[in-house]
Amino acid sequence: MNAPDRAGLGNAFEAAATGTLSGAPIERVEDERFLTGAGRFTDDVRFEGMGHAAILRSTHAHARIRRIDCTAARALPGVMLVATAADIAQANKPIPIRLAPLPGLDRFLQPTIAADEVRYVGEPVAIVVASSRYVAEDALDLIEVDYDEGPAVASITQSASNATLVHAAVGTNVATQYPVERGDVDRAFAGAPYTRRERFRCHRHTGAPMETRGLVAEWNGSLMRVWGATKVPFFNRGLLASFFDLPETAVDMIETDIGGGFGIRGEFYPEDFLVPWASMQLGRPVKWIEDRREHLMAANHARETECELEIAMNLDGTIRGLRGRVMADLGAYVRTGGGVAVSRLAQYLPGPYRISDFGCEVMALVTNKTPVGTMRGPGRYEANYFRERLLDLACGDLGLDPVAVREMNLIARHEMPWPIGRLVPTEGEGAYDVGDFHSGLHKALSAIGYDRLPRDGALIDGWLHGVGVACFVESSGGGKSENARIVARTDGSFDIYSGVSTMGQGHETVFAQIAGDELGAPISAFRVHHGSTAHVDYGWGTFHSRAIVVGGSAVKLAAAQMREQLDALAAAGHRGPPAEDIEVKLRYDTKGPTYSYGTHVAHVAVDPETARVKVLAYVALEDVGRVMNPLLAHGQAVGGAVQGIGATFLDELRYDENAQLLSGSYADYLMATSTEAPAVQAVLLEESPSPSNPLGAKGAGEGGIVATAGALANAVGNALAAWRLPLTSLPLSLDNLARALREARSAAAVPGQDH
Amino acid sequence: MAAMAFMHYLPNGKVCTIPVMKPAPLDILPATSVAHALSLLGEHGDQARLIAGGQSLMPILAMRLAAPAILIDINGIADLRGIRLEADGSVLIGALTRHRDLERSPLLAERLPLIAAAMPWIAHVQIRNRGTLGGSLSHADPAAELPALCIALCATIELHSPRGVRQIAADDFFQGVFATARADDELLTAVRVPATTPAQRWAFIELARRHGDFALCGIALTADCSPTGAVTQARIVVFGVSDCPRRLPHLESAIVGSAPSPASIDQAMQSLDTVEARSDHHASSEYRLELLATLARRALRQAFGFDERTAP
Amino acid sequence: MNPSREITLRVNGNTVRAVCETRTTLLDFLRDHAGLTGTHAGCEHGVCGACTVQLDGASVRACLLFAAQVGEGQITTVEGLAPPGAMTDLQQAFRRHHALQCGFCTPGMLMTADALLRETPHPDEAAVRAALSGNLCRCTGYQPIIEAVLDCAEARGARS
Repeated sequence: MNAPDRAGLGNAFEAAATGTLSGAPIERVEDERFLTGAGRFTDDVRFEGMGHAAILRSTHAHARIRRIDCTAARALPGVMLVATAADIAQANKPIPIRLAPLPGLDRFLQPTIAADEVRYVGEPVAIVVASSRYVAEDALDLIEVDYDEGPAVASITQSASNATLVHAAVGTNVATQYPVERGDVDRAFAGAPYTRRERFRCHRHTGAPMETRGLVAEWNGSLMRVWGATKVPFFNRGLLASFFDLPETAVDMIETDIGGGFGIRGEFYPEDFLVPWASMQLGRPVKWIEDRREHLMAANHARETECELEIAMNLDGTIRGLRGRVMADLGAYVRTGGGVAVSRLAQYLPGPYRISDFGCEVMALVTNKTPVGTMRGPGRYEANYFRERLLDLACGDLGLDPVAVREMNLIARHEMPWPIGRLVPTEGEGAYDVGDFHSGLHKALSAIGYDRLPRDGALIDGWLHGVGVACFVESSGGGKSENARIVARTDGSFDIYSGVSTMGQGHETVFAQIAGDELGAPISAFRVHHGSTAHVDYGWGTFHSRAIVVGGSAVKLAAAQMREQLDALAAAGHRGPPAEDIEVKLRYDTKGPTYSYGTHVAHVAVDPETARVKVLAYVALEDVGRVMNPLLAHGQAVGGAVQGIGATFLDELRYDENAQLLSGSYADYLMATSTEAPAVQAVLLEESPSPSNPLGAKGAGEGGIVATAGALANAVGNALAAWRLPLTSLPLSLDNLARALREARSAAAVPGQDH
Repeated sequence: MAAMAFMHYLPNGKVCTIPVMKPAPLDILPATSVAHALSLLGEHGDQARLIAGGQSLMPILAMRLAAPAILIDINGIADLRGIRLEADGSVLIGALTRHRDLERSPLLAERLPLIAAAMPWIAHVQIRNRGTLGGSLSHADPAAELPALCIALCATIELHSPRGVRQIAADDFFQGVFATARADDELLTAVRVPATTPAQRWAFIELARRHGDFALCGIALTADCSPTGAVTQARIVVFGVSDCPRRLPHLESAIVGSAPSPASIDQAMQSLDTVEARSDHHASSEYRLELLATLARRALRQAFGFDERTAP
Repeated sequence: MNPSREITLRVNGNTVRAVCETRTTLLDFLRDHAGLTGTHAGCEHGVCGACTVQLDGASVRACLLFAAQVGEGQITTVEGLAPPGAMTDLQQAFRRHHALQCGFCTPGMLMTADALLRETPHPDEAAVRAALSGNLCRCTGYQPIIEAVLDCAEARGARS
C-alpha cells in the first residue's frame, strides 16, 4: 500500500479537480507486493501450533459406505484429529443454494461430508488434521473405507433415462425442468421456408485459478475467524454461523490476496465447514490448502451442457424464431450456484438478435460427477456458441453471408429498450436497455481488417484460412446493493471500505480512481479495504461482473457525500485535512442489471492433414459503457479471451463410462500456455453508457470469454468449408477435429481430394 | 513432454488413488561415484530407487504412485556429466548431462544437429535445466524424444553393474511402456553416438497438444547418402504412437537405394509400416496413425529439402 | 521416526538452516522453513511453474527437487531479485504493462524471465513465448507479460 502523499494533498483539496483519474491507464497500487513476493495469499497465513488438514475423498463415483476404520490413522504420531460423518453428526447439514433456486433443485443439496453414500469421485469422506500436510497425507493412507460400489451415472443421456438414480430417495435424476417462452414460437415456425435443428454439446471444464482453494480457521472460544474468504464473504459468514448456531457477529471472514477466482473460487464448499469445525474441535488454528488434484475433482466444474436448437429463417436470412431444449449436467449435487448457468443459458440463447418468438425447455440433471457452479460468463459461453454456430450453419445452407445475416437480425439502436421477456423463473421481465449492436459488429470487423483477410478455406502454404464472427449481449451488475464506507483521516488520507471482494481484478486501484475524482485527491491518498466482513455492515461480494458497476457506484456516491462534508468544512474556513476522522457510510441499491454487448472475430489457419489450428488474429470487442482504467479493462478482456480460446481447444474434464475422472492432473487438464495463446486485440467501446448507475459502467470481466467458442467454431468451420463440418461439439481438440475430418472424408458426398 | 504422461499408462487409464501431493517418508542417500551408487543399489535392493534430475520421478513420488524408502541420488557423480568427442569421431555423452547442456552444446550442434534441433521440443526450460539424458532413457516414456533420438542416431547405451560394464544398442534397449533392458542392479552411465558424416540427412518433427507436451506422434530420422545422393541407409523412428519408440523398417527400405524426390517419397509412403497405436483421451489410435503417415512423409520431405512448410 | 535431517541452503545470499523431514521439497522448505512465501505452490507436480526459482542462475521447479538435494547450490527466489523496497527493471516493466492480475503466477514468471534475459539478452517474441511456456497464467492471457519482457530487454539494450 502506498503511503499517503501529504505534500500533494493540500493542493488536491484546494484544486478540487474532478474526472481526471477515472478513465486513465493508471498502474496498479496492488502490483508492488505481488512483484516482490510480498503478496499474502491464503497459504501464507500461518500460526504457531497450527494443524494441517487433508481430506479423504471418495475414489468411487457411486458407492455405499459400509464401514470406515480410522484406528490406524488416529494412532499415527503427529495426527491430531481424524473425523468422519459419524463424528460430525448433526452439524453435518446440507449446503443451501445461494443463487438461482430453480424449482426442485433443493432436493439435491450436498452435505458437508458423505455419511453413508458417496456420489462422485472426490466427495469428502473424512478429514484429518496433523502436524504437517505430509503427515496428514500419511494418515489418509491409513484410513480404511469399505465401499459397496454401485452403478454410476456418467452422462446426461444416461441420467435422463432415470434407469440408475443418483439420489434414490428423490426418485428422479431431473433436478429441475421448466419451459420458457416469449412471443409465439410455434407460430413463428409454422410455414417457415427454412429450418435447421442441431444437437450441440458444450464440454465440462473449469476456471482452474492458479491458486487452489484454501482456508485457515481459528476458533478462540467465542470468535471464529476464517482467512481465505473471497467472492461472497458475508453470505458465507451467515452460512457458517448457521452451521454452528452462532450469531453472525461470532464469525469473521477475512480476505487474503486471492490467486484468481473465475467464478469457482469463494462459494461455500464442504471444506468451508469442515475446516472451521476441525478448528473448533481442536481449539487450535487449522489450515487446509487444496492440492491441484483435489482441485480438479472437488472444486466446481462448469459448462457441461447439451442443447437441441432449431432455427426458423426466411430465405433472405431473416430469423423467424428459435426454439430448443437445454440439458445441463449438474454433477452429483446442486451446489450454491448450480442453477445459474443453465438458466442464463436459456435466457441468452436468442442473444442480440431480433428474435421475438423464442421457446426453450430447460432441464438440469444430476450425474455421478463433480458438482458444477458458475464459471466466468456462465451460460453465455455456451449459449453464444450454440446460437452463433447454428447461424453459420444456416448461412451455409442458404448461401448467405454470415456477416450480412447478423447485420440484418441484430436489434437496432432505435429499437431499445428491447423487451427480452421473462426467461428466468426466479426473475421478472427484462429488457436490453441501451446499445448499438451494429456499431459493435462493424468496429470489430474493421479492427481485424475483415475485408482483407484470407478466408473460406483459402490455401496458403498448406494452411486453410477461415474467419468466424460471433455477436453477444450479456447482463452484469447483479446483487441488489453494495455498501461503501469512507473515512477521512486527520493526516489527509482516506480509507475506503467496500463489501466487494477481489481475486486479482485491481479494485484497490479503481476504487481509488473513482473516489479520487470525487475528492480531488491523488491515488496515493487512498487505502482500499475489501472483502473482509469487518469492514462494512454487509457486502454482496463479487460475481456477475458487479464490483465496479455496483461497488464502484457505492464508492462514488459515498465519496461525493464526503466531498460535501469537506466542502462544508472548507466553507467554514477550515484548510487542509480534517481535525478529526470523518466517516461516511452509504448503501447503493442497483436499478437493474447492465447489458454489455459486442462481437468477437477470429482468423484461423487449419492444417487439414493434422487438424492443427493456429489462431492468427483475434478481436474481442465489447461496449462496457465506461472504461474506468483502460490498462485493467484491456487486461480483463484479453485475459478472458485467452481463457476462452484455451477452453475451446484444450480445457476438458473427461470422465469414463464409470464416471471416473480421467483428467485429474495438469498433464491431462490442459490450458492455454504462452505458446498457444494468440495475440488478442481487445476493443473496448464506451458508446452506450449504462443508464442504471452513476458511473455509466457495465460489467467488463466476462465479455472477453463469452463469444470465444462461437467465433472460433465458425472460423474453423469456415476454413474447412470444403468439408461442411457441423462442429456442433466442443472442445475443438486435435482429436475431435481429426475425427470430424475423417468422418467427412469417408462420407460419399464430400470432395474426394485433400488439399 | 510434460512431467507426467505416466498417468496415461495406469491400468485402464485411470487415476483413482486418493489425491495426495506430498511424497511418503523417504531417505536420500547421495552416491559419490558409480561404484558407490552400485553398492548402495546392491545394499538396499527393492527398497531403493535411483534419482537423477527427478523431473519424471518427483510427480510419481508426490502422488505416491511409488513410495521407495530410499532414493539414491546420483547427481553428485561428476564423472557422469559431460559431452566428449572421442578419437574415432563418436560422441560420448554422460548420463547425468542435463537436457539444457545437450541443447546448448556447440559440439552437438555441429556434430549431431538432430539432437540440437529436437531439444527445444522437450518440455519446458525449467524441466530441461534439471532433467538428464540418463533419466529420460531409463524412464522410457513412450512419447519421450531422447529415446527416439538415440535409436535414430544408432547410439549405444552403457550400463554398469557389479557384474561389469555392458553396451547395448538403443534399438534393443527400449522394450515397452517404462520398460527397458536395464536390470535392477544396473546404472545407466553413458550414451555413445557413432560418428556421422556431415552429409547425413536428418529430420525431427513432432506434434503435441501444446508446445512442450508429450508428443502424440513424432518422427526422428537420419539417412546416409552416397555422393550421387542415393540413400544408402536410413533410420526412421516413430515415437508417441505405440508402447515405445520404433523404427519403421519397411519405410526405411523403401527410401534406400535412390536419390529421393517428392514423388519417390510419396511412393515410399505406400510401404509405411503397420504400427500398433495406442489410444488415450488426448488422441485416438486412428488419429495417431494419421499423424504417423503425415509426419513421416513430412519428415522425409524435410530431410531431403522438399519441405514447403515448417511446422507440423 | 521418519527420516529427517538438518538442511542448510544458501538462499538469496543468506544461509538458511532447518531440521526437517528428508522428504521435504525445496518448495516447502522455502515456504515453511525459510519463511519465503513469495514462491507459490500451484500444482506440485511440475506443470504450472508457479514455484519456479533459480538454482545457480538456472530456472527450476522447486516442487520437483528435494531440499536435501540442493547442497551447495545457490537458490534465488523472487524476494532476492531486488533489495527490499526496490524493484528491478523487469519487475517495473511488469507493472507498467499490467502483466499481472491476481499475482499468483507472477514470482514464477519473473524468475523464468529473469533467467531468460540473462542468458538471451535480446530474445524475439517467439523466444519469450517459448521460454515462458512452462509458466501458466490464468488471468492475463500472457500478452502483457510477453510485452513486459520484450520491453525490458529493449530498454536494457538501449542503455548498454
